[in-house]
Amino acid sequence: MTVTLMQGNEAVGWGALAAGCRFYAGYPITPSSEVAEMLSRELPKYGGKFIQMEDEISSLAACIGASVGGLKSMTATSGPGFSLMQEHIGYAAMTEVPCVVVSVQRLGPSTGQPTSPSQGDIMQSRWGTHGDHPIIVLYPNSVPKAFDLTVTAFNFSEKYRTPVILLMDEVIAHMRERFEVPAPESLAVVDRISTNVPPEWYKPYGDTIGDIPPMPSFGSGYRYNITGLLHDPMGYPTQRLDEINPLVERLQRKINNHLDDILLYDEEYTEDANTVVISYGITARSARHAVKLARNRRHNIGLMTLFTIWPFPEEAVMRIGRTAKRVIVPEMNLGQLALEVERVVGRHKVVRINRADGEMIAPQTILQAIEGR
Amino acid sequence: MTGKQNSNRIEVRLAGEGGQGMILAGVILAEAAAIYDGKFVVQTQTYGPEARGGSSKAEVIISDEEIDHPEVINADILVAMSQEACDKYASNLKKDGLLIVDSEKVRRIPLTNAVKAPITHLAIEATGKPITANVVSLGMLVGLTKLVSRDAINKAIIARAPRGTEELNQKALERGFAEAEANLAVNEKS
Amino acid sequence: MNNIEQNAYSYLRTTKKFPNIWCSGCSIGIVMGALIRAIDRMGLDKNEVALVSGIGCTGRMPVYLDFNTMHTTHGRALAFATGLKLAKPELKVIVIMGDGDALAIGGNHFIHAARRNIDLTAIVLNNEIYGMTGGQYSPTTPLEMRATTAPYGHIEPPFPICELAIAAGATYVARSTVYHAVELDKYIEQAIRKVGFSLVEAVGYCHTTFGRLNKMGSAVEMMRHLKNVSISLSAAEKLTPEERSSKIVRGVLRDIEKPDYSTLYEQVIERAKASVTGKEFLRAGPGGLE
Repeated sequence: MTVTLMQGNEAVGWGALAAGCRFYAGYPITPSSEVAEMLSRELPKYGGKFIQMEDEISSLAACIGASVGGLKSMTATSGPGFSLMQEHIGYAAMTEVPCVVVSVQRLGPSTGQPTSPSQGDIMQSRWGTHGDHPIIVLYPNSVPKAFDLTVTAFNFSEKYRTPVILLMDEVIAHMRERFEVPAPESLAVVDRISTNVPPEWYKPYGDTIGDIPPMPSFGSGYRYNITGLLHDPMGYPTQRLDEINPLVERLQRKINNHLDDILLYDEEYTEDANTVVISYGITARSARHAVKLARNRRHNIGLMTLFTIWPFPEEAVMRIGRTAKRVIVPEMNLGQLALEVERVVGRHKVVRINRADGEMIAPQTILQAIEGR
Repeated sequence: MTGKQNSNRIEVRLAGEGGQGMILAGVILAEAAAIYDGKFVVQTQTYGPEARGGSSKAEVIISDEEIDHPEVINADILVAMSQEACDKYASNLKKDGLLIVDSEKVRRIPLTNAVKAPITHLAIEATGKPITANVVSLGMLVGLTKLVSRDAINKAIIARAPRGTEELNQKALERGFAEAEANLAVNEKS
Repeated sequence: MNNIEQNAYSYLRTTKKFPNIWCSGCSIGIVMGALIRAIDRMGLDKNEVALVSGIGCTGRMPVYLDFNTMHTTHGRALAFATGLKLAKPELKVIVIMGDGDALAIGGNHFIHAARRNIDLTAIVLNNEIYGMTGGQYSPTTPLEMRATTAPYGHIEPPFPICELAIAAGATYVARSTVYHAVELDKYIEQAIRKVGFSLVEAVGYCHTTFGRLNKMGSAVEMMRHLKNVSISLSAAEKLTPEERSSKIVRGVLRDIEKPDYSTLYEQVIERAKASVTGKEFLRAGPGGLE
């Protein structure tokens, strides 16, 4: 096992390679560019392809095209580029083409502050593209977790035929941390399911074997149509209600029926805590620091760290809401995930800690909230 | 989670002007602790316009346990290679914290017990290259605090040094060790 | 039915989705026919052909054809096709676009695909208008013409599609019209055979919007107009620049050789593999070095 010091963005690159990513298309943007630089160097060693496109729109388009051609694909960006990618996040959701989009958040809105950390894309990652569709959004809180969750992002993407967004903050992206590189054979890597039915039987968007149809790549002998329009099981555009409704429902079902697999979070001391801090990303590290200090002072405090942001782990948070009298939600934005927590546990129980000026939330600030000061 | 917090958490800040290699010094210190001493380490730095000729800062947190909050709260050690860096960060030092300054660059020193040495000058003496001042400062830091082992910092420097400059950098490191020892000897006498 | 007609039917997805959405008399069908004839004549296996499109009337073409087909977003077809081609270099990737699709919203992708010299065949059906949305002016609408968003006459100069592609670095560029259908399928075949970025501009018409707004008559009359205003490249060379400017010049405007992106990227892979030091992470297993 190799022990090294690794930057978050690099860990994402290595995680992608370990997951079998063999295509990257991207456009330079701070604070995510190290992912592109690293993969431009490493991907070709593995026979993979790297291309720097003319913008973020075409970057995700190229990733989707490559994925249709059979390669696991990824792009990485930040705020303004993430906004541009929404068009094709929607396309990937509608066409059910696996791809991973990394967004290293920066302070916004607009160009904002390229090098300052923020957690302002929580809602955009859920609702950024138009229309109703489920999405999976993962969020690491450390460099090793950035590696792990990148692998998980690819696995979910392949398994559920969906775009998966890996949200990061600038702190995790740029900080270096001790990291034990796992042996590749120790990693579970999931590949999309192909098919062996006769080509004339194949239905690219059918539900004959469940909610996630098999996906052979272009050129493999299964000729089919892909479209961003609402489509029938053959992938042809349709306006028939008896074809539209099953599609829209299946898209929801294929994610929402697998929450046991998809929802990832850690709970520490939450069983009987009267106050629980719910957080994510680098802020969850500051929260953990504060919770330890508070427990030293004999406060009955628990911590919940979310790794899956979307779908929101509603059941688990509801369970916490049943026992805890107070839920503290620190985040580097003006209150985004707090909206979900409030919806689930009730507004009266939630204490928000917000900061959107490019500085981290200090453990002391969270400790003060825990102590009701 | 043990419930304990930070009993052995050491927070280091290395600050100077852009181009002095203080971020690289932070990375080397972090690698020494993580890779060769097997400690938990988090290293961060200031990015942005400041890194272009202005001030530049690396932070390294070293612990025997998992590190939560990744940034310096109150520094245990500050290496200041410019007046601006000293002015900006000295007030954040813990009461019993260690301040190391380049005495030719920092004239106004807010602590009477600061360790003062002409670090850049020592680098020029040892290697002929002022750019190795960051390595001299690491030698001083490690010599004074034993924060990481000498072997670890030496290996980390060799691993990072551009090919052909390993020996040069080791000379700078040795010069830093020597300066630290001289300093400790003076303190013992007084 | 003669042979080519019979063959043409075998390329259509006739089981569903016909009749098509195009107006009767539309010029898009002629381009689709030319594309089928080119592919049939080349004897390409349907499995090795991918047809990628964007949005608009022309963008609907892939749905009707029995290849690997991808109907993407407005203007971005070339970007999707770039990824597909890099992932599957053995596919013949053909991108079919309209003028608004390729040159307005997709203009940036168009010039960069040409600059990169990625091995794609781009076909732009230029009917000088946005048809599907109801006749708004496009980047190729000529000066003074009427559109539903230019009710007082158009004041922007049009983009010359072929010249733009040449300037951006395309290796093969040809133009013809839907009146010259046989010539069109010849150019499409040459474009598919070309390794590198190739472009065929197929000048068509939209009698439903452009024709009606500009009182140009029926589809037949617009077709006759194309016949009258177009001339071959050799004939055009005898004209003054001024005389030429009112004509549609048909012919192969560029045909050069240079290495395409995938070929050059293979060299990148070779160089990268040669640089492997053995100290890389992930040496073995599913993520391992080959």
